[in-house]
Amino acid sequence: MKKKTKLTPYLYIIPGLLMVLGFVYIPIAVNLVYSFFRLSSYSSSMKFVGLDNFRRLFTSETFPIMIRNNVYYAVISLIVQVGFGTALALLLESKLASERFRSICRNIYFIPALVSLTAVGLMFNFIYNPQFGMLNTFLKNIGLPQLQQTWLGDKNLAIFCIIAMSQWQFTGYITLLMVVAFQNISSDYVEAAIIDGAGPVKRALSIMLPLAKEQLLVCSIITVIGAFKLFTEVYSTTSGGPGNSSQVLGLFLYQNAFLHDDMGMAAATGVLIFVITVTASIFQLRISHSGEV
Amino acid sequence: MSDDKYVVKHMVLKILLHVFLLILVAIILLPVCWLILNSLKTNQEMFLNSLALPKEWRFVNYVTAWSKGLVSYFKNSIIISAISIFFILALSSLMAYGLTRFNLPGSGFLFILVLGGMALSEQVALVPLYKILQALKLYNTRAALVLPYVAFRIPFTMFLMRSYFISIPKELEEAAIVDGCNSLQRFLRIILPISKPVLASCAIVNLNNVWNEFLFANVFLENRKLMTIPIGLMTFQGDLKTDYAVMLAGILIASLPMVVLFLCMSKQFVRGLTSGAVKG
Repeated sequence: MKKKTKLTPYLYIIPGLLMVLGFVYIPIAVNLVYSFFRLSSYSSSMKFVGLDNFRRLFTSETFPIMIRNNVYYAVISLIVQVGFGTALALLLESKLASERFRSICRNIYFIPALVSLTAVGLMFNFIYNPQFGMLNTFLKNIGLPQLQQTWLGDKNLAIFCIIAMSQWQFTGYITLLMVVAFQNISSDYVEAAIIDGAGPVKRALSIMLPLAKEQLLVCSIITVIGAFKLFTEVYSTTSGGPGNSSQVLGLFLYQNAFLHDDMGMAAATGVLIFVITVTASIFQLRISHSGEV
Repeated sequence: MSDDKYVVKHMVLKILLHVFLLILVAIILLPVCWLILNSLKTNQEMFLNSLALPKEWRFVNYVTAWSKGLVSYFKNSIIISAISIFFILALSSLMAYGLTRFNLPGSGFLFILVLGGMALSEQVALVPLYKILQALKLYNTRAALVLPYVAFRIPFTMFLMRSYFISIPKELEEAAIVDGCNSLQRFLRIILPISKPVLASCAIVNLNNVWNEFLFANVFLENRKLMTIPIGLMTFQGDLKTDYAVMLAGILIASLPMVVLFLCMSKQFVRGLTSGAVKG
């Protein structure tokens, strides 16, 4: 009887646990195994190839391009979304504008983050369209047709067009997260600083930012993780082109698995993404744990 | 004198800030306005000058977009989201309850194990999940989306619920224990009703995620009759080929639900998003 009462609580945990093990942990473990095999999506035959998938991945011509693009995405996102987004949050919280005005602005900045990545991607296909898109039409109308570009069709510009689109979509998200972090700072600190004669800039730099440091780090890390999981944004705009100029790890994985029927190579790419994102996540868990107090 | 100076400086700063914030509002809204404008034109008008006003406002483009396929993608998104959200909330809250209310041996380990799932990205699981779903004969069914969606969202949701459940005082349950309620009754009658705010936050944040999910939806389904909105939009583009204005109307219709929901429930949204990001 006693034993039974001790076991029932586990019944609450087991269904969810099985789901997570079955559809998250096991596939990821299987992915590691796959990365040492050559396999196709149609047949179940597998051939052990050792580290050959990794060799092919690291020596592939697109490899340096992908890493470069993912790193560009990460660095620019850190500067714009986290850097500028945080500065914007500080401005919003500087109380120079009315509460109503600030909250309307904040909500408008956030709205793009609610739209699906495909919808935003398709929308920017139109914005960047060389014939009738918003950018080129605007340049023509203000008398600067020489500045017109092919945007997504230009191999030097494509990845930056995609990155710009993401900044448009997600800066407001980071701003929102930072605004909440700043609002959670006890007003005692801020008032004490005002009494000490600290101006708004000094207050922002020496009180607000240090006290929201953990949230800032968390935002940086989710941004970096996002940069290495990048997929839909590229898929829905350039599909990695022109050539391979806007190729990224996530799309390379997908194309190898489902277009080139090279699932071993896809799995090896997955392992690389896994290593990068898990390392970043471990940092993040550490930080958020330390923030739990 | 110096007071005057201070007031002037304050005013100037205030105006500059307002101007700056409004410029940013314009940067966010201009592409959207351009999209709305052109979704009401004919193709020819758009090609001629996409910044000009339409001669005739063609709301019919929206009707065409809706009836040419979007309606069925919407239906699928609603079905898949509803089932997923139900199971995400049910399994996560049960798990959080089991982990917080019984001082179970091993609950610390189990918590970390499940929480660790939050660090794992969908792409890494993509190829094996495809093979597993095929082996289970679930490929190209709604279950092929629901199962991974639920599994990948449990860690985050369980985490939010756990912190909430911990804050519920034990005394509330003690009276029920005296009345002879078993643990499941206590969960259903005491814990769940009191947790409505966190349930709402979890529901809305997960909905945003599931509703907009693309990677799995793109790979695990090939039947058009089952496609959700994000993948439907891509197919839609292929179908319409050059009917751009209708495509633009489709993008707008597809984006509307989450935006409207946010405007109605921004409090729950913000609470769920921020606690999730801080802690995960």
